[in-house]
Amino acid sequence: MEFLGYINYWVFIVLMMSGFYLFLSARNLVKKIIGLNLFQTSVFIYYISTGKLRDGSVPIQTEGIESYSNPLPHVLILTAIVVGVASTALGLSLILRIKDDYGSIEEDEIDAQDVLS
Amino acid sequence: MGVAIDIILLLFLLSIAFAACVTRNLFSAAMLFGIFSLISATLFVVLDAVDVAMTEAAVGTGVSTILILITLASTGYRVSPRPAGRQVLALAVSVVLGATMVYGTLDMPSLGSPDAPVHTHPIAQYYTEVSPVEMGIPNMVTPLLASYRGYDTLGETAVVFTAGIGVLALIGRRRRKDPLPIVEEFREGGANRHRVLRVISKQLIPPILLYACYVQAHGDFGPGGGFQAGVIFASGLMLFMLLFGVEHARRIIRPVVLEKLIALGLLIYGGVGLVNILQGGAFLDYRTLAHDPQHGLHYGILTIELGVGITVAAVITTIIYSFASHLRDHVMQRTLRLRQGADAAQTSPESGA
Repeated sequence: MEFLGYINYWVFIVLMMSGFYLFLSARNLVKKIIGLNLFQTSVFIYYISTGKLRDGSVPIQTEGIESYSNPLPHVLILTAIVVGVASTALGLSLILRIKDDYGSIEEDEIDAQDVLS
Repeated sequence: MGVAIDIILLLFLLSIAFAACVTRNLFSAAMLFGIFSLISATLFVVLDAVDVAMTEAAVGTGVSTILILITLASTGYRVSPRPAGRQVLALAVSVVLGATMVYGTLDMPSLGSPDAPVHTHPIAQYYTEVSPVEMGIPNMVTPLLASYRGYDTLGETAVVFTAGIGVLALIGRRRRKDPLPIVEEFREGGANRHRVLRVISKQLIPPILLYACYVQAHGDFGPGGGFQAGVIFASGLMLFMLLFGVEHARRIIRPVVLEKLIALGLLIYGGVGLVNILQGGAFLDYRTLAHDPQHGLHYGILTIELGVGITVAAVITTIIYSFASHLRDHVMQRTLRLRQGADAAQTSPESGA
């Protein structure tokens, strides 16, 4: 079980880094947003798992249950998810405007047009 | 059993993340992200975070994925090949950063250990032991969100509000002097296509909306609250829009009404705080709302959850409307251009002869 506790953290790190890699390597703006979203969701998973208590239960008071998982990370992530989708939408709408004005969402082509103009 | 489920879910997540990194097709990347969200929502249930799981399932799998797909419909699915040098550099940076974090985890308490600081800190015991007695609310997440961290939640609601205004400013309805002529094919919003899908999915919409209202009202006793209800309600409306077209949806819930609702929710939240001050308490100190402090807490929490729910549902619906209208304008302009091109090609030989 001790070993398994660490495996969990390592998996989150790999997931987070794959999102980060997508964000760094992609030149397509939508793919960058997908990478950022993967990164964000992995952070959520990490946060939630720190609140987990072994043999703990869902933090809703019930008779006969003594130990509950920590509700604080749940609250933080609950609001973060909704703020996350709102900011993703803001990013995507910026991409739509870029597409309207530049006719492309590839970073290089946009840069090339900026240099030419 | 729990451990086995945990490992299977983690393996799923790893393979999805890997596939998302290597795929060249943006459509599959978007769908993979949707599945990633759904699986992580399942993992949240295993990790005891039911409120979060509910929100992630509605937001990640529903709203985010649809928004990405709508964007892709006007930008195209293909990704141009990347230079290898940059990929190697990105990989190196990610690996080094990841290895540093793995090194950092070696000092951390293992997952679920009762000795971890997050469980031994007095505040954790306060939230799990004192809060249900002090508040008289079994669900510990709700009073924590709405009362103990009320200022924080007010700020988050304001962020959602601002993002909604931002999307409206960027791609919201522009008041054109000469509105685009509506092409006949779009008037019905694809009403004649996918008939089976439409009939079956139509049955789902009322239960989804009803469930959202239940989640909104029942947040004190079960998993639920304003954020969860808002996103579930918005995804119900989104399903309606997907089935019947954005024109139809906009006739039923008008964007003008939604714009007012975005502000109304935040005003309800702030208004409760002002009422508290007028009653002689501190900002967002709900105990002043009724003679019995605990009843005051209940009224306050229900009211601000309602405000949060209204703002979140209105913002997300507005965002989806804006994206869908933008796509519709895009497709219609393209169709008109193609049609004009075809007309020009037809008339030019005649005039030449």
